[in-house]
Amino acid sequence: MKTISEARGTLVTTLADDWGSDIATLKGVPWGKVMMWVFLVSDTFIFTCFLVGYMSVRMSTIEPWPNPSEVFALHAFGVSVPLLLIAIMTFILISSSGTMAMAVNMGYQRRKKAATNLILVTALLGAMFVGMQAFEWSKLILDEGVRPWTNPFGAPQFGAVFFMVTGFHGLHVSAGVIYLLTIAFRIRRGKYDESDFEIVEISGLYWHFVDLVWVFIFALFYLW
Amino acid sequence: MTKETGQRHPIRIYLVVWGLLFLVSALSYSTDFLDRGFWRWTLILLFMVLKAGFIVAVFMHMRWERLALMSVVLVPPVLLMVLVGLMTIESDYTRSMRIEHFETAIPGEAMPVVEREIRNRRPD
Repeated sequence: MKTISEARGTLVTTLADDWGSDIATLKGVPWGKVMMWVFLVSDTFIFTCFLVGYMSVRMSTIEPWPNPSEVFALHAFGVSVPLLLIAIMTFILISSSGTMAMAVNMGYQRRKKAATNLILVTALLGAMFVGMQAFEWSKLILDEGVRPWTNPFGAPQFGAVFFMVTGFHGLHVSAGVIYLLTIAFRIRRGKYDESDFEIVEISGLYWHFVDLVWVFIFALFYLW
Repeated sequence: MTKETGQRHPIRIYLVVWGLLFLVSALSYSTDFLDRGFWRWTLILLFMVLKAGFIVAVFMHMRWERLALMSVVLVPPVLLMVLVGLMTIESDYTRSMRIEHFETAIPGEAMPVVEREIRNRRPD
């Protein structure tokens, strides 16, 4: 048992020791996975705050809320298809969730090559999603004149909510792409060869969470 | 970590859920062609919960985790419903005040008109 003065000498070591001492309340769950879950729960609170804020402004405004299915309609094949780009983005994100789930599976089978490739496909789909979002933003900002404080369609809060919610989600996807590329690179370098490749499951949790948040944004912001 | 850790499941279940997610997403998208009303909102919420459930339960492996981890992850978000309830009351009040004092209320399609709003509206 160390005294406090002894512990002070090695401050950083004690911090690492205390937090890393593996007091297994959550049995059979790797430490990193617990940390990822705790982070995701806190992130849930952040996104809920955004969505509740959105609910509040939308419920309390007395100007009509812009109709998302018209605002986000896209002209294709000579007709205006409602929410076309958003639907494509949704399917891309679901596809990426599927490839990520397969990567986790391959990782646990120790099929490194397959896992790495599936992670790279996931990251590519994520990058496509961000690219489409950038296109959507530029269309709304430059062509339609949507601003956080005004827009030509109706209630001015629409712009603030749109940029805040989709921007924060897009930031998560971008961070996820970088995270996945890092993990893929490190798997290829053999950094996890000693382990059971639970790192793929941990990074997968983050990626599925990003998809999960999109489910709520799609339903509550775009469809409602 | 030891050999027992980690979620190992047959690939089949992932493929089935993947397919289901595509199907539910398509159904979810199709709600956009319904009029804004009870059925549209019910179906949006139904498909949203279904999709979220599939992702959390299977892709994030929650259904195979022990109750200790399930409760750490799933209980706090449920408490957020209290915040949703409080903010519903608050924004309802804000709206009724705006109608009372600014009057220019346009019967928007955004939200169903609440009873209090009608009650608070000044007689023409």
